[in-house]
Amino acid sequence: MIFLSNLINGLSLGSVYAIIALGYSMVYGISKMLNFAHGDVIMVGAYISFCGTAYLGLPAWLALILAIVVCTALGMVIEGLAYRPLRGTGSLAVLITAIGVSYFLQNAALIIWGSAPKVFSSLFEGFGSSISLFDGELTVTWEAIFTLIAAILVMIGMTLFTSRTKAGKAMRAVSEDNGAAQLMGINVNTTISMTFAIGSALAAVAGVLLCSSYPALMPTTGAMPGIKAFTAAVFGGIGSIPGAMLGGILIGVIEILGRAYISSELSDAIVFGVLIIVLLVKPTGLLGKKMTEKV
Amino acid sequence: MGTVLTVRDINVYYGAIHAIKGISFDVNRGEIVTLIGANGAGKSTTLHTVSGLLRSKTGDIEFLESSIARTPAHKIVSLGISHVPEGRRIFQGMTVEENLQMGAFVTKPDRIANNLEYVYEQFPRLKERTKQIAGTLSGGEQQMLAMGRALMSDPRLLMLDEPSMGLAPILVDQIFEIIQNLNKAGTTILLVEQNAQMALSVADRAYVIETGRITLSGTGKELAQSDEVRKAYLGG
Repeated sequence: MIFLSNLINGLSLGSVYAIIALGYSMVYGISKMLNFAHGDVIMVGAYISFCGTAYLGLPAWLALILAIVVCTALGMVIEGLAYRPLRGTGSLAVLITAIGVSYFLQNAALIIWGSAPKVFSSLFEGFGSSISLFDGELTVTWEAIFTLIAAILVMIGMTLFTSRTKAGKAMRAVSEDNGAAQLMGINVNTTISMTFAIGSALAAVAGVLLCSSYPALMPTTGAMPGIKAFTAAVFGGIGSIPGAMLGGILIGVIEILGRAYISSELSDAIVFGVLIIVLLVKPTGLLGKKMTEKV
Repeated sequence: MGTVLTVRDINVYYGAIHAIKGISFDVNRGEIVTLIGANGAGKSTTLHTVSGLLRSKTGDIEFLESSIARTPAHKIVSLGISHVPEGRRIFQGMTVEENLQMGAFVTKPDRIANNLEYVYEQFPRLKERTKQIAGTLSGGEQQMLAMGRALMSDPRLLMLDEPSMGLAPILVDQIFEIIQNLNKAGTTILLVEQNAQMALSVADRAYVIETGRITLSGTGKELAQSDEVRKAYLGG
């Protein structure tokens, strides 16, 4: 039973990583850049949601929507101001800029909200704390259940979006060949901006879900999950939607099980150790595809 | 007749490299015009400049009497220029059908079904493989898909960059037959080829490009018989 409970917690944490990883992966796919500020957008989302409920007295769901709206706009602004002017220059310049944006967001949060942790109230407070199964031997929190459901919905939604809609297909086309996409009449700038918007909206959702389960909210809250989600995206095969989901879930499960059964100090080392082994065996990640050039 | 495309004195640079040095040419309605020349002469660069992926520092490019020299690439497509780039550059991870849908990105919705039918008529092979992932097609099929994709936007001018590259001779014949069919059906064609013999045999007019400059021009027949062209591009 304890194992089952650990597994559920792992799946739940992994679901958050998966949602973040999806944003990382989509943005990487389309603009071939690692947006290291992605993790900090999560933190901003959580703070906005916190302010919504704590200061504006909004209901939790409305605060979540507010967070999504703010983060969507933030993602587009970051892309437009910081990354777009650098498009076509070396990838190193963009990478350094992303790190700069990351520190900018963390320090802005530090100025606005201070360094003391805020106690985040869960999005699912209204449901009570948890449900008991098997005569109380297994307790599952509502946060864990809803986080898992959210990840599944996001995955289904994104799969449908990229395979069925015109905008989603345009996104795939730009990811695959930016120049050829322009020759189809696709506006690459708009498409990249849209991808940042979607990724950042997902980051807001992930931030609220993360802080619902782990309520201490600080300016650095997004940093570690951001790195883990990046790991998850690489683990699953960067650029691939199912890869990001699978990678995220696995990283979460490995982290929680590693912490429970091996060593809580070493759990992060175990996560990255597994990543290294996977990349040694399969450099493109679990579901990453290698494009073969055919002449 | 009427001129479809006028390129006037364009100069294109890759950083410090001066790739196109004052090229001018034009394409009239209903023609097949070909640009021939050696590898690296600037043929593909010229097409990229017309379709807006590259910019000229000087001169002008007019399409149907309005300047497109400053128009972004994604808007040029809807004006009626379709560019089949070198190496096909189909979307390898998408199905044949999805590639064709991408080709119709700026096409009016009520024209799409009609255009799709036309493409399948021209390339029956594609119709048998609508659900196949494009990256798994053979080279010839990929070329057909790239051309079909370009036709989905109702182009007035179709620009083809090295359609014969890497194809077996029998496929080259097939592709050139299709090019002539498309032209007969009313599409004006600007063709870039290293296979000068094939290109000149179908072209109404031709230009020879050498290191960024046009050195010769004339009808396809004239150039095919010119000593210089025969020596340099037709193997004596």
